[in-house]
Amino acid sequence: MSLDPGLTVEALPERRGRAALGFAGGVAGFLLTLAITLFGLVVVTFVIGRVVPIDPVLAVVGDRASAATYQRVRAEMGLDLPLIEQFRVYLVKAVTGDFGRSVLTTNPVIEDIRTYFPATIELATLGTLIGTLIGVPLGVFAAVRSGSVLDQIVRIVGLVGYSVPIFWLGLMALLLFYAKLDWVAGPGRLDIAYDYLVTPVTGLLLVDSLMQGQLDVFWNAISHIVLPAALLGYFSLAYISRMTRALLLNELAQEYVVTARIKGLSEARVIWRHALRNAAVPLLTVVVLSYATLLEGSVLTETVFSWPGIGSYITSSLQNADMNAVLGGTLVVGAAFVTLNLVSDLLYRLLDPRTR
Amino acid sequence: MAAGPSPLTAWLTTAEPQSRTQARVGHAYQSFRRLARNPTAMAGLVIVGLLVFVAAFAPLLATHSPIASGDLRTERLLPPGPVFWLGTDDQARDIYSRLLYGSRLTLAVVILVSIIATPIGLAIGTVSGYFGGWLDRVLMRITDIFLAFPRLVLALAFVAALGPGIENAIIAIAITAWPPYARLARAETLTIRNSDFIHAVRLQGGSSLRILLKHIVPLCLSSVTVRVTLDMAGIILTAAGLGFLGLGAQPPTPEWGTMIAQGRRFLMDQWWVAAVPGIAIFVVSLGFNLLGDGLRDALDPKASR
Repeated sequence: MSLDPGLTVEALPERRGRAALGFAGGVAGFLLTLAITLFGLVVVTFVIGRVVPIDPVLAVVGDRASAATYQRVRAEMGLDLPLIEQFRVYLVKAVTGDFGRSVLTTNPVIEDIRTYFPATIELATLGTLIGTLIGVPLGVFAAVRSGSVLDQIVRIVGLVGYSVPIFWLGLMALLLFYAKLDWVAGPGRLDIAYDYLVTPVTGLLLVDSLMQGQLDVFWNAISHIVLPAALLGYFSLAYISRMTRALLLNELAQEYVVTARIKGLSEARVIWRHALRNAAVPLLTVVVLSYATLLEGSVLTETVFSWPGIGSYITSSLQNADMNAVLGGTLVVGAAFVTLNLVSDLLYRLLDPRTR
Repeated sequence: MAAGPSPLTAWLTTAEPQSRTQARVGHAYQSFRRLARNPTAMAGLVIVGLLVFVAAFAPLLATHSPIASGDLRTERLLPPGPVFWLGTDDQARDIYSRLLYGSRLTLAVVILVSIIATPIGLAIGTVSGYFGGWLDRVLMRITDIFLAFPRLVLALAFVAALGPGIENAIIAIAITAWPPYARLARAETLTIRNSDFIHAVRLQGGSSLRILLKHIVPLCLSSVTVRVTLDMAGIILTAAGLGFLGLGAQPPTPEWGTMIAQGRRFLMDQWWVAAVPGIAIFVVSLGFNLLGDGLRDALDPKASR
């Protein structure tokens, strides 16, 4: 996973300048941008689907079918229509969530996604939680004691996070904490013995097992999720702590901080109640962006930990040339990513009075 | 100035350069001096320099063939030792030699992606900023759409469609890499386009194309270069990720991500097979990140925090 180094503090004022339209205008602009971007996403996946060298008709009928059968199936799949008409059909299907059937699982792709996506959400949420709870205080301390040893450590943590391949770090973590030290459970979401004990309600295993009072399942699930979540949490932490530090340094240089100090407020109050509060809105957008990145980055992490989420689904479909599943999965992950990305933009405009 | 700077230093640091070349060389020298004061940036430069050196002289430095297998009965999965410095993989190939040759692929990916993505970003950004109006709105809307896309997942889908391979991985990464450069180039162009010297060129009859190519693009280059350098680590990581998923370079090509994927099967007992290429990726990415940070501070003091 590569965290985008362009999402720095400098990028934020630019967002601020983009529109000062007020609440209604902000929401309307957001919806328009969201619609256009999602449309762009559909166009791109459609183009990708068209350039595939695999003949989708042959994949269905096999290479021994007669020419008549071939033509019939081709017409059934709508491939004899003009390209623009094919796109219209594709667009309607994409909007209604009809991505066709997966060749691999033989289920409709949307059902597969419904099964797999909650596992990804569970993982990414826990990762973001870890990243935020540790990253924000770390960034604050680094900013307050700028140049100290702690600041250097935060810088190194960030640099390593931006430089290390996540899938490799995952493998090494498995090797150390699972194989050598045996502190955590191995790949997967649960031990086989606990499979099917919990009826999926939300699909989030931790929530479901707690609601149904299955504590042993809950603890087993915890011991499985802790390593991948910590790994994602580390990447989130690297980004969030770096951004917190930069945002807070900006605030601490402002005159109101001097005023607050002169008034005799305690340093803790100046930092946590005044400076951090003013950095809170951009910080929120940073957390949302980090969440979006983790959703996407889960593709590699899930492969390493055999985590049955959308990332594993996409990669295993890829390896079996199951294009319906690949495009459906890409569209769903892409839509989630795009939406979160733009929501962070909207939050910034709505919550920060300075942008009005 | 301390007692008597050498003539060369004096020539480089003069405040009144006699020629355009002298001004350029002098400016480059000053930038390098600023960079050299930053030890972590120099560490980054050394790592990147080492990468280039290793890639250039891989055949001389390698002790074994990177692709041909050794003796499969006795030389498989050996730990690091005097003959095989970093051990051998499951095909009895020398990991050290494969690592050296892999640096060529890493370098090629980084260079090719930059060569493809930078001009696209520069062209879209400068045209957008220079002409403004509806063209600006359309181009920036497209840029924003691409900026909001998930890069890794899109690259995955692209490669899935085009077929696995290092060329397609490079194309896929480049397609998703240009939008930040376009945004940056546009912002720079907006600050330049109303300068007096641009008006002067226009009054002299310079065409828009000439103004863009000869006057605006060169001034955008330094900030875009910094950004590209900062992105190089991300490019390396994405390429390695694609390789790891089996979508980048195909075996037996000694690509580092692919090597990790192969070593994964032996992780529990012969961990070095997967560990060593990962360390190489990490060190090289770190080098580009350090260098990028340093370049930003040296070339673009505005942007540094």
